[in-house]
Amino acid sequence: MAKAKTTLHKRTLLQDIKRTWMLYLFLLPAFIYLIIFNYAPMYGIQIAFRNYNALDGVWGSTWVGLEHINKFIHSYQFMDLLKNTLILSVYSLVAGFPIPIIFAILLHNLKSTPYRKFSQMVTYAPHFISTVVFCGMVWVFMGNDGIMNQLLKIMGFNPVGFMSNASYFKHIYVWSGVLQSMGFNTIIYISVLTSVSPELHEAATVDGATKLQRILYIDLPHLIPTMVILLILNMGQIMNVGFEKAFLLQNDINLSASEIISTYVYKIGIQGAQFSYSAAIGLFNNIINFILIIAVNKISAKLTKVSLW
Amino acid sequence: MRQAKETVITHKMRQCWQNRVFDIVVFLLVTVCTLAVLYPLFFVVIASISNPRLVQSGQVILWPKGISFEGYKYIFKDSRIWTGYRNTMFNTVAGTLFAMVLTIPAGYALSRSDLRGRNIIMGIFVFTMYFGGGLIPTYLVVRDIGLIDSVWTLVILGSFSAYNLIICRTFFQTSIPMELQEAAEIDGCSIGKFFTLVVLPLSKPILAIMALYYAVGKWNDFFNGLIYVNKASLFPLQLIMRDILIQGQAVQAAGVTDPKQLEMMQQIAMTIKYGAIIVSSLPVLVFYPFIQKYFVKGVMIGSLKG
Repeated sequence: MAKAKTTLHKRTLLQDIKRTWMLYLFLLPAFIYLIIFNYAPMYGIQIAFRNYNALDGVWGSTWVGLEHINKFIHSYQFMDLLKNTLILSVYSLVAGFPIPIIFAILLHNLKSTPYRKFSQMVTYAPHFISTVVFCGMVWVFMGNDGIMNQLLKIMGFNPVGFMSNASYFKHIYVWSGVLQSMGFNTIIYISVLTSVSPELHEAATVDGATKLQRILYIDLPHLIPTMVILLILNMGQIMNVGFEKAFLLQNDINLSASEIISTYVYKIGIQGAQFSYSAAIGLFNNIINFILIIAVNKISAKLTKVSLW
Repeated sequence: MRQAKETVITHKMRQCWQNRVFDIVVFLLVTVCTLAVLYPLFFVVIASISNPRLVQSGQVILWPKGISFEGYKYIFKDSRIWTGYRNTMFNTVAGTLFAMVLTIPAGYALSRSDLRGRNIIMGIFVFTMYFGGGLIPTYLVVRDIGLIDSVWTLVILGSFSAYNLIICRTFFQTSIPMELQEAAEIDGCSIGKFFTLVVLPLSKPILAIMALYYAVGKWNDFFNGLIYVNKASLFPLQLIMRDILIQGQAVQAAGVTDPKQLEMMQQIAMTIKYGAIIVSSLPVLVFYPFIQKYFVKGVMIGSLKG
């Protein structure tokens, strides 16, 4: 066996490729898919700098440089779109990031195993419900005669027009999202918690530590690397507010709070066929995202020695 | 001496007491979280089988009242739902197969340390996780290759994700021993044969995980349908659900023209919505208890850094 290994290392590049040509064949379908649906569009980004028209195609259309991006930055919607996008994503992150961690710690410390399994079964379920159905549920629950208002009435409060007031939009968006992903997002943390050596806990118990102290001084430090990785990933997505959910929860009344960059791109691009202008807006969004993830990763690598690459 | 012993005992008692309070608080908080998720789901079920008028007036809170299946009757008369079901079923089955062909062999190839250029190829895949062309350039590509309003549109789109590829690669890396592959090679077994005869039978868990990831994704996909499908006969279920649930389009039961019946339908519009939620989520809900553990496994493999 040892001999086989050494011969493996001695092969030349050409010999290796000849020997493993089948592996490249294995990669081919995925590679072709990637070229068509990921890299060809990246190449097509240049329409953001041209006046695209179908006749001349991507190459032939006249080059206008940064005109479209400039137009967007100076348009009157720009500040509103940017503000709405950032509010929804930062709020989602602030509320949605710590809650699964806390919930994972709670589940991990629950004494009854059957009850923990039941709770996991229930709280993971919304992850499997489609965004359309989930938003449909939000609409019927939060409507004027929906169950939310019925419950408020029972408790003696006045009904609230949740869906007919733009100022409620961000709360509905964020907290319904927390409810949907809270359970499923605990999985990764629970797997870290179960990998913590029981000897540490035993030793701490002998030394007189309470459960709360053990969480603070044993469990939490173990969770930090995972938290940092997930935080980087989430920060990199900060401009990528879910299109589907914002779009499906939109109505004419809450538009001032619910119109975000991606829904705007859809409306003027796909529905309005202003391809170059909307592509420029999309590009603006993607570049900010890309810079963010690289910056956050760099900062994290410096401060905590944890990074994605 | 006695005093020292006493302080130890009081400390132990305090520790014990604090732990008990902790257990109770944990129990209460988990219960609050569980109920917050459970109640809405439970309510959909009871509201869908209750008398519409009692639901509307807020009398249905904890259990169904005046059991009636009126809502479901109208749903099953709506031909759009059947069309949507058929389309989505086709997209899910064909699309999942297609996605598996793309992902599994590629994941295996990238798991092999003797693949030359592995890091570069991996980089090409991973880059797409952080940067993309965006909606409009992608739309133009899809349009130019004639994939708008085609039967294959939703089979092909959304059939590959670099994230799933990484999960596959990590699985193969950790579960197919290098020695096995070397032994097979010495015995003159080709890579293709080794993959189909040895690797695939050993990889049932990852096949199940990937199939489920893609199948649930395909079943629930709304975005690609919204952008790339305009023909009503090709609408996936999620587009129909959006019409019914969010745009408030009444269910169009075939052959219902009687004004009295139409009025009745207006009244039970809400109940129809609850029923539609159940009907459209049924396949996922039925399999959910069985597939849950595979999803959990997938997340765990995905979290291994490799």
